[in-house]
Amino acid sequence: MAHGPAKGISRWLFTTNHKDIGTMYLWFSFAMFLLGGVFALVIRAELFEPGMQIVEPEFFNQMTTMHGLVMVFGAVMPAFVGLANWMVPMMIGAPDMALPRMNNWSFWILPFAFAMLASTLLMEGGAPNFGWTFYAPLSTTYAPPSVTFFIFAVHIMGASSIMGAINIVATILNMRAPGMTLMKMPLFVWTWLITAYLLIAVMPVLAGVVTMMLMDIHFGTSFFDAAGGGDPVLFQHVFWFFGHPEVYIMILPAFGVVSAIIPTFARKPLFGYASMVYATASIAFLSFIVWAHHMFTVGMPVAGELFFMYATMLIAVPTGVKVFNWVTTMFKGSMTFETPMLFSVAFVILFTIGGFSGLMLAIAPADFQYHDTYFVVAHFHYVLVPGAIFSITAGVYYWLPKWCGRMYNETMGKTHFWMAFLGLNLTFFPMHFVGLAGMPRRIPDYALQFADFNMIASIGAFLFGAAQIMFLFNVIATIRAGKPATDEVWEEPDGLEWTVPSPAPYHTFAVPPEVK
Amino acid sequence: MLNTVGRLLGCLLATAGASAFSAQATADEVQRWGVNMPQGVTPVSREIYGLHMDIFWWCVAIGVVVFGVMFYTMIVHRKANGAKAANFHESTALEILWTLVPFAILIVMAIPATKTLLNIYDTKEADMDILITGYQWKWKYEYMGDDVSFFSNLSTSRDEIEGRAPKGPNYLLEVDEPLVIPVKKKVRFLITAADVIHAWWVPDLAVKKDAIPGFMNESWAYVEEPGVYRGQCAELCGKDHGFMPIVVEALPQADYDAWIANKKQEAEKLKALTEKTFEFDELYALGETRYATSCAACHGSAGEGGVGPAIKGSAIATGAMAGHLDIVVNGSSTNPMMAAFGAQLSEVDIAAVVTFQRNAYGNNMGDSVQPIDVLKFKQQAQ
Amino acid sequence: MNQSSRHRSTHRLTLKLTGVVVGMFVFAVWIMPPLYDVFCEVTGLNGKTGDQYQAVEVRVDRSRTVTVQFLAVNNEGMPWSFEPELSSVEVHPGEEMEIRYLASNPTTADMVGQAIPSVVPFKAAEYFHKTECFCFNQQPLPGGKSAELPLRFIVDQDIPAQVKTITLSYTLFDVTDRVSLASVN
Repeated sequence: MAHGPAKGISRWLFTTNHKDIGTMYLWFSFAMFLLGGVFALVIRAELFEPGMQIVEPEFFNQMTTMHGLVMVFGAVMPAFVGLANWMVPMMIGAPDMALPRMNNWSFWILPFAFAMLASTLLMEGGAPNFGWTFYAPLSTTYAPPSVTFFIFAVHIMGASSIMGAINIVATILNMRAPGMTLMKMPLFVWTWLITAYLLIAVMPVLAGVVTMMLMDIHFGTSFFDAAGGGDPVLFQHVFWFFGHPEVYIMILPAFGVVSAIIPTFARKPLFGYASMVYATASIAFLSFIVWAHHMFTVGMPVAGELFFMYATMLIAVPTGVKVFNWVTTMFKGSMTFETPMLFSVAFVILFTIGGFSGLMLAIAPADFQYHDTYFVVAHFHYVLVPGAIFSITAGVYYWLPKWCGRMYNETMGKTHFWMAFLGLNLTFFPMHFVGLAGMPRRIPDYALQFADFNMIASIGAFLFGAAQIMFLFNVIATIRAGKPATDEVWEEPDGLEWTVPSPAPYHTFAVPPEVK
Repeated sequence: MLNTVGRLLGCLLATAGASAFSAQATADEVQRWGVNMPQGVTPVSREIYGLHMDIFWWCVAIGVVVFGVMFYTMIVHRKANGAKAANFHESTALEILWTLVPFAILIVMAIPATKTLLNIYDTKEADMDILITGYQWKWKYEYMGDDVSFFSNLSTSRDEIEGRAPKGPNYLLEVDEPLVIPVKKKVRFLITAADVIHAWWVPDLAVKKDAIPGFMNESWAYVEEPGVYRGQCAELCGKDHGFMPIVVEALPQADYDAWIANKKQEAEKLKALTEKTFEFDELYALGETRYATSCAACHGSAGEGGVGPAIKGSAIATGAMAGHLDIVVNGSSTNPMMAAFGAQLSEVDIAAVVTFQRNAYGNNMGDSVQPIDVLKFKQQAQ
Repeated sequence: MNQSSRHRSTHRLTLKLTGVVVGMFVFAVWIMPPLYDVFCEVTGLNGKTGDQYQAVEVRVDRSRTVTVQFLAVNNEGMPWSFEPELSSVEVHPGEEMEIRYLASNPTTADMVGQAIPSVVPFKAAEYFHKTECFCFNQQPLPGGKSAELPLRFIVDQDIPAQVKTITLSYTLFDVTDRVSLASVN
C-alpha cells in the first residue's frame, strides 16, 4: 500500500485516493465557480443601467437559472465535498474513505453532468430559463426542450451527492482511529456527518420531483398540472422539502471549517464544543420543518403560515448559539489575522447579517413585502457568499500548505480578501435597499428609482470577480513556487492533520494513530 | 497594483455617474436612493411596515452587541498587543443563557407578527370583488357584478426600453389601463392565472399573492388615500416577467362611480364600433399601435420574429384570411405560447391587427377585415 | 475494529443508507402527492373541493343564507366561450341548488375541455359539496356546438356562521390532446 501515485492522466481517471479525489473536486468546483461567476457578470452587466442593452430577456432568464444551478450544484456542494475528501480521513486518522472506488465515480460523473448542463445553452430553445427553483408549469408545459437534459443532469448530480454522502457516513462511523470517540472528533467532521445525513434524506426527494416533472412533460401524467387534476403548488412543497435542507447542506460544513480555523488563530480551544454539536444537529432537524417559508404568498391557510413562521424563527436560536460560541472562542484569545482568519472573521460578521435578514424574512406578514424581491436575493447571497464561499476560501488558505507543502504569499492573500470583501459588500448590501424599495427578482430591466444601487452592485460584482482571478493566481503561485511549509504550518494547531508532513504523503495513517 | 484598481474604479464610477443621469428624464419625479419599504396607504400596509421596523431594530440591537464584542476583542486580544490566550472552553450556564434569551426575544417578536397575520386573513365581508387573472405577460381585471373587464398591458415603449428614446419617470411601471378602485372600501381581489404562475404585488397596498393556473387565491385592501400605486409581477413567469406591471388608481367614491359608468359606456360604444365599416388606413394605423403592445414582444418590433415566428413573409399572414383569423382569435393548438387573443382583444382591435399584419413589413396582401367579420368569425359556432 | 469486521460493518451501513435513499425517493413520488391531496381534501387547503358528494341527511337551515358566487376562467389557449348563467345565488345551508354553466366551441375542430374547480375562502371548501358537477368529467364539444353544463351543490349545514360568501371558480382547460392518454385522476 506504500507505492506512490500512477503517472499521467490515468492517475486522475482511475485514482481511488481521497487526496487526489479531493483535489479534483476542488479544481472542478473552482472552475464551476468561475463559470457561474461569468453568468452572474452577464446579469450584472445587463442590470448596470435601466434599459435592455446587452442581452434579450429570454437569455437573461437562462443566465439567472444557470448561475443558480451551477453555483449551488457545481461550485458550493462539490467544494465542500472536496474539503471533506481531503480532510475527513486525516482528521479521524483513517487511511482513506470507506468506499474509495465509489468515491472516484462520485467525482467523475460530475464533469459529465455539467458539460451536459452547459451544452443546453447551445440547444434549440436555449438553456433552462425557469429559475434554479424551476417551478411548474413554467418548467413543465412551458419549458424549452433542454429541460429534459436539465432533469438528466440533476439526476446525475444528485447521484454524485448521495454516493459521496454515503461514503462520508461510512467513513466517519467506521474508520475513526481507536480512541477517537464521536465527541473527540473535530467539529468539521461532525458538521460533515450531519450534512451527509441531510443529503441522504433529501437528494432523493429532488430526484423524485424532477422525475415527476419528467413524467408530466413526456408521459402524460399530471402531478403538477391542474388540467389533469394535479397542482402546481404540490411542486413547490416537494421541491422545498428538499430545498430547505439543501441550503443547510450548503452551510453546515462552512460552520465546521470556521470552527477549525478560529481556535487556531485565537490560540484558544473552540468554546462550547458539545453545544456546537447539539446546535448543528438542532439546525439539521429543524431544517425539515420550515420549508413552506419559501411559499408564504402561495395561498396557505393561516395555521400553516403561523406554524412555518414559528419554526423558521426558532432556527435562529441554535444558529445564534454557534455565533456566540465563535465570538467567545475569540474572546481573551491571542489573535493574529492571517488570511484564513480574515475570511473566518468576515464569515462570522457577514453570515450573521445574512441571518438577520433571514429572521426578517421569517416574519410571514412582513414577507408579503419581501418575497420575490431583491431583499431575498441579498439575504441568500450574504449567507452563501461571505458564508459558504468565504469558509471554503478560508479552508483553502488554511489547508493548502498541508496539501502542497508550500506557503501562500500572505500579502497576496490579504489583497484577495480585501478585494473580495469590498466587492461582495458593494454588490449585495445595496440589494437590501432596492428589494425593500420594491424591486422584484429575476427581472432583466427595472424602474428608474432602482438605478443608482444597481449600478453600485454591478461595479461591486466585477470587483468581486477580479478578486477570484487574484485567488486563482495565488493558489497557482503557491503550488509552483511558494516557500516550503512546516508540518504544523500554523502555531500549535489542533488536529491529526497537522501531525503528518507537509505536503501530506500520498497515503497517511496506514497505521492508525493513537488518540488520547 | 492597487493604484490601477483605484483608477479603474474611478473611471467606472465617472462613466456610471454620467450615464445614470442621462438615463433619467426628470430626476425629481423619481424617488432615487430609496432604502426602505413604503409605509403604504392601507391599515395593513402600515402594520406590516411597523412590524418590519420593529424586527429591524431588534436585529440592529443584537448586531451592535455581538459585533461590538467582536470588534473589541479583535482590537484588544491581539497577539501583537501582547495578549496571552486564556484557556476556558465551555460554560453550561452561558450556553443556557444565550439559548433562552434569544428564545425570549423571538417570542416578543412573534406576538405582534401573529396579530398582524390574523388581521390580514380577516374574512369580513368585502364591498366589492375584482377578479385578477395573470397572463403571459399582462393582467386582466374583471369587475364582478359590473360587467366591466379589460386587459392591462405595459405601456412603456420599446424605444424607451431599447434606448432610442429617453425614459419617462414611470419607466416600466405604467400601463394602458390601470385598475381603478374606490378609496375607503374593502376591495377583495380574486387572483388566478391563465398559463403559468404569476404574482400580483402592489407595495403601497402590501398585497402580494401568487396567481396560480387552475386555482383561485384571494386578498384584500382598504385604501385610505386617493392616489396612483404601482407594482410588479412577483413570480418568474417567462421572458417578460419584468414587463407586466400593475397600476392601481384609487379614487374618491364619486370619481370612481363616474369612472365605472364611463367604462360601461365604453363597452357600449365598442359594440357600436364593431358594426362600423372602417377605412383601410384607419385599420392599418390602429393595427400598428395594437401590434406594438400585443404582438411585438414575441414577433419583433419590425415583424422580424423573435420568440415567435416572423410576421414579415409569414405563410399565415400572407395566406387565407380564415386561417389568419383562426390563429389570432383561437390561439395555436400546438404551441401554448401563442395565446387565444379572441378573449383579450376586441373585434375592432383584432380586425386592425390582422389588417396591419397582412399589409406591413412587405406583406402587401392588399386585403383587410372588418370588426363585424371578426365577430361573425367568433360567432360562427353559436 | 479489525479490517474485515470493518468491511462488513461498512457493507451493512452502505446497504442501510442506500435503503434510506430509495425509501425517500419512493416517499417523494408515491407518498407525498397522495398525502398532499388527502391533506387538501380534509382541510380544504388550496380551495380544492371534493369528489361527488352523497347527501346523507338533508337538514336545511332557513335562518341564514350564504351567497355563492360563480366565476369562469379560461386557461390560455382555450377559445371556448364559458360563463355561468348566474353570477351568484343565495342558498340556505343544507339546501340543494342547481345552476348551469354555458360553454360554446367557436372553432371548427372537435375539442374536449376539462373544468377545474377552486373555492375561496379555503375554509369554506370543505363545506361546499357538489352532488353533480360537469367538472367530474371531461367535456367533449364538437366544433361549432354549445352545451349547458349542470352543477348541483349543497352548502353544508354546519358551515361556520362567519362564512357569508363562497366564491366558486372553474378554470377551463383544453384537454383535447390528452384524451387519448391517461384519464383524469
